[in-house]
Amino acid sequence: MLKVTPRIKKFLVLTISILAGFLVGAVIMLIWSYNPFEAYSSMFSSALGNMNGIGETIREATPLIFTAIGFAVASSAGFFNIGLPGQAQAGWLTSIWIVLANPNMPKFLLLPLATIAGAVAGAFVAGIAGWLRAQFGTNEVITTIMLNYIVLYSCQYLMQQVMPGGLRIDTDTTKTISQNGSLKISWLTSMFGESRINAGIFLALVAVVAYWYLMKKTTIGFEIRSVGANPYAGRYAGMSTKKNIVLSMLLSGGFAGLGGVVQGLGTYQNYFNQTTSLDIGWDGLSVALLGGGTAIGILLAAILFSILKIGGLGMQTIAGIPYEIVSIVIAAIIFFVAIQYVIGLLFKTKPQTVVDEN
Amino acid sequence: MDLVAILSLLVSSTIVYSTPLIFTSLGGVYSENSGITNIGLEGIMTMGAFSSIMFNLTFASSLGKITPWIGLIVGGIVGLIFSLLHAVATINFHADHVISGTVLNLMAPPLAVFLVKAIYDKGQTENISQSFGYFNFPGLADIPVIGQILFQNTFAPAWVAIIVTIILWWILYKTRFGLRLRSCGENPQAADTVGVNVYGMRYVGVLTSGLLGGIGGAVFAEAISGNFSISTIVGQGFMALAAMIFGKWNPLGAMLASLFFGFAQSISIIGNQLPLFNHIPSVYMQIAPYAITIIILVLFFGKSVAPAADGQNYIKSK
Repeated sequence: MLKVTPRIKKFLVLTISILAGFLVGAVIMLIWSYNPFEAYSSMFSSALGNMNGIGETIREATPLIFTAIGFAVASSAGFFNIGLPGQAQAGWLTSIWIVLANPNMPKFLLLPLATIAGAVAGAFVAGIAGWLRAQFGTNEVITTIMLNYIVLYSCQYLMQQVMPGGLRIDTDTTKTISQNGSLKISWLTSMFGESRINAGIFLALVAVVAYWYLMKKTTIGFEIRSVGANPYAGRYAGMSTKKNIVLSMLLSGGFAGLGGVVQGLGTYQNYFNQTTSLDIGWDGLSVALLGGGTAIGILLAAILFSILKIGGLGMQTIAGIPYEIVSIVIAAIIFFVAIQYVIGLLFKTKPQTVVDEN
Repeated sequence: MDLVAILSLLVSSTIVYSTPLIFTSLGGVYSENSGITNIGLEGIMTMGAFSSIMFNLTFASSLGKITPWIGLIVGGIVGLIFSLLHAVATINFHADHVISGTVLNLMAPPLAVFLVKAIYDKGQTENISQSFGYFNFPGLADIPVIGQILFQNTFAPAWVAIIVTIILWWILYKTRFGLRLRSCGENPQAADTVGVNVYGMRYVGVLTSGLLGGIGGAVFAEAISGNFSISTIVGQGFMALAAMIFGKWNPLGAMLASLFFGFAQSISIIGNQLPLFNHIPSVYMQIAPYAITIIILVLFFGKSVAPAADGQNYIKSK
């Protein structure tokens, strides 16, 4: 058995989890007589082998970083915010609407306005759940699940019935937004082989730093974490549980809303009718869990997640292997991360520091 | 359309939409009362739906009318096997319950669709030929009006679900076994001290949720969707989770909450056939079930409290 320091052990356990996830995918492919080497090499070459692939991978990671931070903020306050899809969707539609409705506003006003409005929309949706929890003790799992559906159908209605017809191409798609409200940067687009990469990634990196700073260096973050760890102790120390519940949900929804904003103003440049809850919400949940809720963990997990997702598309076209393998690998990696206690048994930590992982 | 016809349409569609939720939320009740949070119900339902459809397609010609019923059992067994993943991870391997449950939700749809693609070479299956059909309650169906509304041409799995609910309620609250199961969710240390096998009880809880969640998914697939694709199970597992919390982790409560969700859902689906309702814009009908749930929860229920040790790992000391 290897003797390592806790830090190296953590790293080794994570590496083994990721490799084991790929192994699970390989075994399933072998059973159905697909070639796993061909699959994985086509996956990595299409996600990282050319500038367009890299650009798309970064573009895919951008909204996930936001939604994952959203999940992690609520999670450190002790809440399970399963409403990320609805919150992101509210941010998406709001930001697109504002840009479409103000075609002549200068960019330095319009872009921040649309971005902030999207964040506020997400925060509003999550805030409902937070307020109900603080005021009436209503379980946030139920309210956020229900709010996902409410937002889904409301957005459909707002876009198809309320939005002026002049802003839409047809009942299911809005017009493409003007350059004034777009997160696209031409040099970035051309640098990354005409991919859909956009300024959203810079916002996402700022968000990662902001999240780290907020949680680790500010009183707000400390209070949120304290109330999450032990609400009674927090209250005893003079922290308002109610205030922190609402605040953490507002922040959580705000980040999720920004995820929708970068998806709209960055990736798609429009809004189109959604029939099921947004993927970036659910994927953000996975990324947050994979990243262990830490800022750097979320960033790395979002990149890994996106390599798999974008690479999976290439794998499907080049090697003819069903895309679903990618999602199975992701699920398996998260499973192995979840049971890291068992994988950790492979290594002995050096005795000087006793760290209990759980 | 006369009143009796309207009511019987409403009742029959309510129970069709409720039945998958009843089974699945009952599973959740057992898992969480044993102390294991199970947000993986959605994934379990997906596996149940997939396997029952595959079974139905393969054996309909040789088994005939009994096929969908055996399909339920097959769905349940596959769900049970799938839930083993959650059980082992949370009970033996100290995994976080939410992460492990999420893995089930993440794993099931791609796995099922991959298998569909590998077996049928396309993204979704054919429609099944053998469905549950309708069932007249002997005797009760002849009661005027009430019989016509409640007991004629009903959906038989719903009655099974109601009977199962009562049995599971009785087991959970009236038997020694049920007390032990609940004690593992409330205070595993104390339960262990008095000789209850906490790990064993928690396995029973999780595997029950696998069995019932699988059956729930199978009912949905065989009775409502009729085939399997990526969009067969989209959110029903989360609705069942909500029904379980709404029902305060009690089998009867979960059943009533499921019936309410089924009712609200069927109003929004058949609303355009109903007088009065057909003038309401469809967006309100679509949102109503979910908004009403939140309002009822806030007004009448307030705080719903999970079993005290729900979601906490119990690590037996040596």
